[in-house]
Amino acid sequence: MKLVVVTAGLTQPSSTRLLADRLAEAVAQRAEVEVRVVELRDLAVDIANAFVTGFPNTRLREVAEAVTAADGLIAVTPIFSGSYSGLFKSFFDVLDNTALTGKPVLIAATGGTARHSLALEHALRPLFAYLRAVVVPTAVYAAAEDWGGGRDAFTDGLGERIGRAAQELADLLLHRAPRAEETVEEVVPFEQQLAALRRTE
Amino acid sequence: MTKVQFGIFSVGDVTTDPTTGRTPTEHERIKAMVAIALKAEEVGLDVFATGEHHNPPFVPSSPTTMLGYIAARTERLQLSTATTLITTNDPVKIAEDFAMLQHLADGRVDLMLGRGNTGPVYPWFGQDIRQGIPLAIENYALLHKLWREDVVDWEGRFRTPLQGFTSTPRPLDGVPPFVWHGSIRSPEIAEQAAYYGDGFFANNIFWPKEHFMRLISLYRQRYAHYGHGTPEQAVVGLGGQVFMRKNSQDAVREFRPYFDVAPVYGHGPSLEEFMAETPLTVGSPQQVIDRTLEFREFFGDYQRQLFLMDHAGLPLKTVLEQLDLLGEEVVPVLRKEFAKDRPADVPDAPTHASLLAAKNAAKNAVEDAPEAPVGA
Repeated sequence: MKLVVVTAGLTQPSSTRLLADRLAEAVAQRAEVEVRVVELRDLAVDIANAFVTGFPNTRLREVAEAVTAADGLIAVTPIFSGSYSGLFKSFFDVLDNTALTGKPVLIAATGGTARHSLALEHALRPLFAYLRAVVVPTAVYAAAEDWGGGRDAFTDGLGERIGRAAQELADLLLHRAPRAEETVEEVVPFEQQLAALRRTE
Repeated sequence: MTKVQFGIFSVGDVTTDPTTGRTPTEHERIKAMVAIALKAEEVGLDVFATGEHHNPPFVPSSPTTMLGYIAARTERLQLSTATTLITTNDPVKIAEDFAMLQHLADGRVDLMLGRGNTGPVYPWFGQDIRQGIPLAIENYALLHKLWREDVVDWEGRFRTPLQGFTSTPRPLDGVPPFVWHGSIRSPEIAEQAAYYGDGFFANNIFWPKEHFMRLISLYRQRYAHYGHGTPEQAVVGLGGQVFMRKNSQDAVREFRPYFDVAPVYGHGPSLEEFMAETPLTVGSPQQVIDRTLEFREFFGDYQRQLFLMDHAGLPLKTVLEQLDLLGEEVVPVLRKEFAKDRPADVPDAPTHASLLAAKNAAKNAVEDAPEAPVGA
């Protein structure tokens, strides 16, 4: 099975990438997946150009096709101004609006403070719900303090949350019906198009 | 016989020349479009097509007025559109306007139907954008009938019914103008073109060729499905965008400032990247020839090649120089190369003469056929 990991971290090294890698590893331990990591930073100019020209260039198209064809997706973004980063959103804006339909998705985010953690529930989850993806119940947020700390009285530690989310994604991947073969371009026969005009009086 | 027609299509945009900061007036731009059309005939091109737009910064809101004027000042040039809005124009008016133009131009007229490039145009003409495709389908069904039946009774969803209506003048020699259907993304329009056995035009500019290859391949398959001929016999037109100088470096240097800020694609990828991703060619005439010859490999033998030459604020003088290069150095070679190994059963570009000949041949075939028993 193909698992694509989309990460919108900007720095090098990036805690967003680190979280993405931890999640991918955890899924790989639970399901047989071939992992491909996509760093949106490398595609930033291609994504901007796609908005200007109206089409993704060859490099971006190849990535978009890989995401579309994937059996599962891990999407990780830093939280900026209370939501996903603009680059992260822009990438998903470039995809066909049916690219993620029915696809199991694990959402995750990083930020300087745990106060932004609900951005996952209020921004990322609705975005992927709109795109008709199947988002696993556990969304993983890693604040700066999580990388050093363990669990507290109210929450599991980062490691446990990663494991739980990975298990949920792996379960979906393992029980998912195989994807239907890509259908050739369907065209409504012209007689039907004419008849439809006559019918709706 | 012209196997493949070569020509130009103009959007008719009024754009500031970024190298001088000067913006032509609407009057200058309209006159420039006419000068460009006359030049097209002078340098031996076959076709001039104008866009139809109803909002600034575009000037050509009244294509048959402009084409009628050009018709009076040319002898051979085929006059066409790119595109005539089938959604918002009343099909009765299209039938009349283009039949009138056809008479005045002695048959040198065809048209390309499309849905336009802007949503707001629909309410300006009393239509609903949500009905874009149904309007294109119903309006054309009526237009098709008006040009083929002298007296029309008709009822549809989008306009008042017609009772015993005759659109005048009747098409020249009883042969309706040839219709191309242009679309940049809708398979429904490729299907429509195939159903009627009309031409299909892919503008082939600004987007990767693979996109247009899918649409044309669909059109060819469906053309055969509807029994008009083999897929290879479907009537295909393509656009293209070029800028040339004798030395390719000069072409790149001169065109880059226009490219960098051009409407549609400016402020985005580099000229080099856009050339790699789309059919745009900026370089020497030989590079334009090589690139255009590839179109035949990608899309199959086709009937019409139109180039976009006059947009993004290029001054008239430059555009006329471009047409000299196109007419003198590029098109003669393309004519020769396109004729090579072209299968005999691939039709030539349709003209009034060829459509009239086909009509007469069909009529004679019916008259010469042994009488069929009644009711057979």
